[in-house]
Order: sequence, then C-alpha cells, then structure tokens
Amino acid sequence: MKLRGTLLTVLLAGAFGLCVGPFYWLAMAATQDNKDVFSWPPKLLPGGHLMENLQGLQESIGLTRVLLNTLLVAGLQTVGAVVVSVLAGYAFAKFDFRGRNLFFVLLLSTLVIPDTVMLIPIFQMMMDLGLIDSYESVILPGLVTPFGIFLMRQALRSMPDELLDAARVDGAGELRVLWRIVIPVNRPIIAALALFVFLGGWNQFVWPLIALRSPEMYTLPVATATLQGLATTNYAQVLLAGAIAAIPVMALFLVLQRQFISGLLAGATKE
Amino acid sequence: MSLAPSERAPATGAAHATATGIPAGRGTPRRTGRARQGRRRLLTRESVPYLLIMPAVLGFAIFKAYPIAASFWISLTTGNGDERQFTGLANYRRLLDDPLFWTALKNTALILVVQVPLMLGLALLVALGLNSTKVWLRPLWRLGVFVSSLTGLVAAGVMFSVILNRDAGLLNWVLSLFGVDRVNWLGSPVWARVGVVLVITWHYTGYNAVMYLAGLQGVPKELYEAAMVDGAGPVRRFFSITLPQLRPILLLTVVLSTIGTLQLFDEPYVLTGGGPDNATLTVTMYLYNNGFKYFDFGYASALAYALALIVSLLGILQVRLMGERR
Repeated sequence: MKLRGTLLTVLLAGAFGLCVGPFYWLAMAATQDNKDVFSWPPKLLPGGHLMENLQGLQESIGLTRVLLNTLLVAGLQTVGAVVVSVLAGYAFAKFDFRGRNLFFVLLLSTLVIPDTVMLIPIFQMMMDLGLIDSYESVILPGLVTPFGIFLMRQALRSMPDELLDAARVDGAGELRVLWRIVIPVNRPIIAALALFVFLGGWNQFVWPLIALRSPEMYTLPVATATLQGLATTNYAQVLLAGAIAAIPVMALFLVLQRQFISGLLAGATKE
Repeated sequence: MSLAPSERAPATGAAHATATGIPAGRGTPRRTGRARQGRRRLLTRESVPYLLIMPAVLGFAIFKAYPIAASFWISLTTGNGDERQFTGLANYRRLLDDPLFWTALKNTALILVVQVPLMLGLALLVALGLNSTKVWLRPLWRLGVFVSSLTGLVAAGVMFSVILNRDAGLLNWVLSLFGVDRVNWLGSPVWARVGVVLVITWHYTGYNAVMYLAGLQGVPKELYEAAMVDGAGPVRRFFSITLPQLRPILLLTVVLSTIGTLQLFDEPYVLTGGGPDNATLTVTMYLYNNGFKYFDFGYASALAYALALIVSLLGILQVRLMGERR
C-alpha cells in the first residue's frame, strides 16, 4: 500500500517536472546573453543579463507601451465581458421570457463554430468603421462570451428563488435585487469568470495580430511573435518577452488558485 | 427558510435606497439614465429579463450572428475588397481541387488522431493519481500540472521554438543524458509534427486532468463500496464505475479538444510557420494565409465554412457515439 503511494507520488512528480521544467529553463534563459541561449549544455543557472535584455526589449518593441496596451485591452475586455455575462446569465437563470431557449441554444451553438469563420467579416466591419488598428477593434469582439454566459447561468441557477422573492416582497426593485443579492452571493464564481476572461484577453493572439497594424498598438503576444519573425532575432529578448507574458498569469494563479479551479469545475460538472 | 433574507433585505435596502441604480448600472450607462427616469414603468418583472439580455443580444448579433452569415455570403463570391462577384460554389469547387487544402486537412487530421487520445489518456492518468489519497503533496502536483495550461500560446511557442532546437535545445540535451542522438525537431517533416503534438500535449494535459479530477471527486463513494462488497477488483471498478461515471466529462473534453485541434493555428504559426515542406500547415493556417496574406477573402471564407462543417459533423458524431444512451 505504501509502495503504491510512493510510486504514484514519483510519477506525479515526474509529470510536475515535465510541466514546470520548461518554465524554469525559460526564466534562466531570459537572463542570459543572446549567444548563451544556444549554448550546449543549456545554461540552467541565472545569467547576469536580465537588465540588458529588458532594455533591449524596450528599444525593440517598446516594452512598457506594449505592456500597457495588453493590460488595457485585457482589463476592459474583462469588465465588459463580466457585465454582459452576469446580466445575461441572470436573465437565463431566473427569468422566463419569450425567446429564452432559442437564444440560449443559438448562443451555445456558436461554440462549435471555429472563430476563424468570423475573422473576415469582423475584419471588414472594423475596416468599414475605421477601427482597424485601434483598441476598440481588439476589445469589442471579445465582449460576448458564450462560455461566460453559460457559466453564469449555471451558477445563478443554483441560487434559491426564495432569496430573490423575499427581497422583492420587501419592495426591493429588480436592480437592487441584482446588485445587493445576486452579485454578492455569487462573488466567487464571478471572480473566477473575471480571471478566465482576463487570461484570455492577456493571451489572445490571432485577432489582435490581424486587427493591429502599428507597433505602438501591439499587445505583448503580437509584439513577441513579430520580434521572433525578424532576421536579426535576439532570442534572449524573445524569451524574456515570453517569460513576461507568462509571469502575471502564474502569479494570478498562485494567488487565486481556489477561484480558478472552482470556476473550472463549476463549468464542467454542473449539468 | 426565507425568514433570514427577508429580515436582512429591508435593512440594507433602506440604507442604499438612493444609491442602488448607480452601481448596478455602471456597466450599461445609457440604459440607466432611461431606467432611472421611468423606473416604475420600465423595470417591471416582465421587462427586466429583456433589459438584462439586451447587451448579450446586441453583441451576439454584431459579433457572432452577422459574421457567421456574412462569411457564408463571402464564401460564395470572388474578387477583391468591395468589388465582389457572386460566383456560387466556385470557391468550394476550387477547394476540392486544391492539393494544399488536402495537405492541410491531412496534417490536421493526423495531429488530431495522435494528439487528442494521447493527451486525454495522460490527463486521465494524472487525474487518477491526483485523486489517490495515498499520494503525498497532492496540491503541489496539481498546481504544477495545471500551470502550463495558463500560458499563452505565443509564450509557449517562443519557449518551445528554442527548447526544440536541434543543436542546443533543452529537450535534445535532456535526451542526450539518456544517450539519445539529437533529433531535428522542427527541421524534418515527421519530427516537426511530433514536436507540435508534444507542445500541444504539454500545454493542455493539465487542464483536462483538472476537469477529470473534478469528475472523479463527484463519483459517489457508495458505488465503490458496493462494488468492493461484491468483490470487484481495482481494474473492474475502474471500467464499470469510474469510466461510466466520467462519461459526461469525457465527452465534453473530447469534443472541446477536437474543436481546438481542428482549429489549430497558434502553435504551428509560432513554431514552424507551417513548414518544413508544409508538414505542419493546418487548415486554419492555410485559411489565415489566404485571407490575410493574399487577401482572398472569398476562398478563405470557403475554407472556414468547410472547417466549420467538419467540426460540427465530428462533434455530432462524438456526441452520438459517446452521449447518454436513452
């Protein structure tokens, strides 16, 4: 019995190493001089070139500007998508209205349609509106997330109706019920949704790659990818950009692990 | 049952009676203005759901329904920019005769049939391990395994483009410790595919493992106890209790992974650019090239619809095969 536990622990530690090892290497490589990135054997201890690489990134992609762009886009997308999802999820979960089931099915059915189907018309729409190469062009299409609405509907459905009715009987208006009861009661799952949306926004790549034209509008993933495509690529810088893209995500996860997992599970297990 | 909340509600309500409209409307400022003027008329129980759903309906109409419809229309036309001519199914006919489309489809299918079972199998094993009470330090392993799925595709892409380097990559170095010769991961057609599969598997196994872990923890303990009373061994218990109980979540992950892999774009884009020799050209990548490199929107839309058709057919097939039998 004890042997089996040890064996399983060793296997899981191996899986852990396979998952986390590359991150360790990435963190170390980002502190090396460019020529040492491709040294054999690989450098597995910190090098002394972190500041130099940061400075290089600032010159090549305008790191601070790019980071601010990414934060702005991901942040606004998060606020917008969470508001839309909570409102719609509440309507789906607790109200009866005409067209409810039809709209819900339509919404969910878009999950099986590849996003690429929508790229070209949205691109043309943004061109016609003169929004190409703007923050709006990146943020707007991400505001309606079928996944977010679905998650909120599932979560709010499990809220007892008596709770809402009691407030209504006491004369609370619908807005007050939403603001004073629905949102506070469901704060953890709303936080989980916010995290997921923020992550999606922070990491999104294909659409910003198409929608953004000028380097000073680039988000971090787009800037990193273009940097890598250059002939004179400084790999230490590229890897540092990759590390910078990954770090906030891991920090968020470490701090808010519970919300992450509970959000994931809420979406997966409730029928 | 409703006593506690009904006692609490008026107290908080009275204190914030004047403030309620403002915070709740923060996300939808335009409507709040109207709502505040005619709150009695507008905010009845009948009208509230329509107001709540309005932003979602608008967004859905503009950024989902319209593009999906428009894309179909574009796929029936040829030409540049606004000068489009209706050419019926010409783009679809072209697609059937396009060897590169078939190459891309073959590559995508190949990656799909290898990668999805491999990843989900590994994820199930990891989940079973994480679910075992005999394992030490479970939260640590769970955290580490999950963390890779949070990494952005580009960050993962640049990281692995160096890790998979033939002459100085971390992977070849680790393999060399076991006496394995250097592998030309991104440079040879076969190994480039393997490399892409490895990276996707690294990226998403943990996510699926955590989903399965949730499913495992939802299996009623009594089922196992009853089976043990009946003398069923661990293997028997796995196949007659665990797997059937996990079926809904297995189905979900199979469908989601299939959709994801069929739309594969970011990893090959960053890792291989579709090469070498188009060995990692995927359908979505070919679509991207046609639409945003050659600006052939009509053909790119036809590719998108062909892909959507394949995705939905496979999805339906999977739900049929694995779904609840009634």
